[in-house]
Amino acid sequence: MSNVSIDHPVVIHDLTVAYRDKPVLWDIELSIPPGKLVAIIGPNGAGKSTLIKAVLGLVPTVAGTVSLFGGSYRERRQMIGYVPQRSSVDWDFPTHALDVVMMGTYGQLGWFKRPGKAQRELALRCLEQVGMADFANRQISQLSGGQQQRVFLARALAQDAQLYFMDEPFVGVDAVTERAIVNLLRDLRARGKTVVCVHHDLDSAPEYFDWLVLLNVRLIAAGPFETTFTSENLRKTYGGTMGAAIKHIEHFEEDRLAISVQADTKRPNGH
Amino acid sequence: MVIELFTDYTLRNVALGSALLGIVSGVLGCFAVLRRQGLLGDALAHAALPGICVAFLLTGSKAPLVLLIGAALAGWLATTLLLTAVRETRLSADSVLAIVLSTFFGFGIVLLTFISKSENANQAGLDKFLFGQAATLIAEDVQTMGLLGAAALAVVAGLYKEFKLLAFDAEFAASLGFPARGLSVLLTSLIVIAVVIGLQTVGVVLMAAMLIGPAVAARQWTNRLGVMLILAAVFGAASGVSGALISVSDAHIPTGPVIILSLTAIVLGSLFFAPARGLVWSTIRRRQQRANMKVE
Repeated sequence: MSNVSIDHPVVIHDLTVAYRDKPVLWDIELSIPPGKLVAIIGPNGAGKSTLIKAVLGLVPTVAGTVSLFGGSYRERRQMIGYVPQRSSVDWDFPTHALDVVMMGTYGQLGWFKRPGKAQRELALRCLEQVGMADFANRQISQLSGGQQQRVFLARALAQDAQLYFMDEPFVGVDAVTERAIVNLLRDLRARGKTVVCVHHDLDSAPEYFDWLVLLNVRLIAAGPFETTFTSENLRKTYGGTMGAAIKHIEHFEEDRLAISVQADTKRPNGH
Repeated sequence: MVIELFTDYTLRNVALGSALLGIVSGVLGCFAVLRRQGLLGDALAHAALPGICVAFLLTGSKAPLVLLIGAALAGWLATTLLLTAVRETRLSADSVLAIVLSTFFGFGIVLLTFISKSENANQAGLDKFLFGQAATLIAEDVQTMGLLGAAALAVVAGLYKEFKLLAFDAEFAASLGFPARGLSVLLTSLIVIAVVIGLQTVGVVLMAAMLIGPAVAARQWTNRLGVMLILAAVFGAASGVSGALISVSDAHIPTGPVIILSLTAIVLGSLFFAPARGLVWSTIRRRQQRANMKVE
């Protein structure tokens, strides 16, 4: 187990989280290999965001252990980047895009020290990577939803981490931003980083990610898309309520059998 | 009047004291407003009243520091009660706030009545904490206020980056290893200091406006947090000094209400006329757009 946990960025053992008396996550046993783009998928209330927050120590856990690169979150903090849901902050806050990105460097700066020229330049490079360099001095309320999301991604890049957790980065973004995020994820993977995303859209999931975690309070299945993204697993995750999910899985399986499928253009938006 | 500011003992104390109050409450109010905790200051201020009364009853002293410690402890107790109740019960934050605020204030009024009916010869003047009475400020009070204010501002200057992050994205702050709850408690404690500084000048009833007003006005003029803090300090100081001077010119007017009225003038002016966010300009812009559409 200890051998596995050192090269596995995330090893979760027996994790249980509850709000008041209601279990949100139950007995999660999960180990994520390095260098993968991982999608966490499941219905509303499945505990997808909670799983990320529990790993980052942002919500109290009832039981279980989380090991990141073989250590606790506290020990490995500098290796981990986090992109919260865009809607979790007030975008009318009096600040500009570059300033938000610089917040990604605060962890390395530590207490009291103010960001300086080095942090500014790093933040600018991160904004460039997400195609937002021209908006560095823009007040954040004047950015579109997709641009705000890219600012959040740039902030995580400024953390210069090995492992990234992203909470619904694709929700409510425009096509340009969606492309930018996909390219960014692939770039991160090429640099050997691991990215774990809460994701809603079953349609795009197999194209964007290569590793899948199916969650509905309990862990339903985890593994590479080829073996995990099956109608059987999706039925177990969504119950009998999600016919659309099953349809998508059938398309995916047909694709793999190299049978040309007429495109189902209507995407479930997952809300 | 301007020359008297520097020569007249009372005027100098009044001007210094209310300027101090304006600066400290302006700066700390920015964080309270940005974190959507404007009413927390209100609860803290009202909670200070019973704290002052208990401190007086226990010590028999009206020394500012004694009363201020009482106010701070009561404010801290009220905040703890508040945060615990919100966390542990299903009551909404505004309901809890209303209950805590009214209970503490009611208790304070009962104690105040009890004290004023007692035989204690030293009791006169505690009621000035209700609406403030700047004319009664003495040099010693101003010194205490200055020390407390300087300490609070020094903490904000030292932890500016941490407080900014906390106000914008507390969860991200926690993920970076900054103790969000600890920082939040610290920020609340600093707001208690601002309240304590304002007790003699504005009083407990109107103190919340002194925290919220300068911040709201300053936000109208800028999109940068640093500039907002400085502007709020300037607005706070300006309304404090002008209000206090008006009130001193006729000692029968309590200072608090006059300061708040001057502050209101600044807030209204900013809401309507600030360049980018002012209501007047945005209305004109909308009219012009509509007119342009018609022409096209």
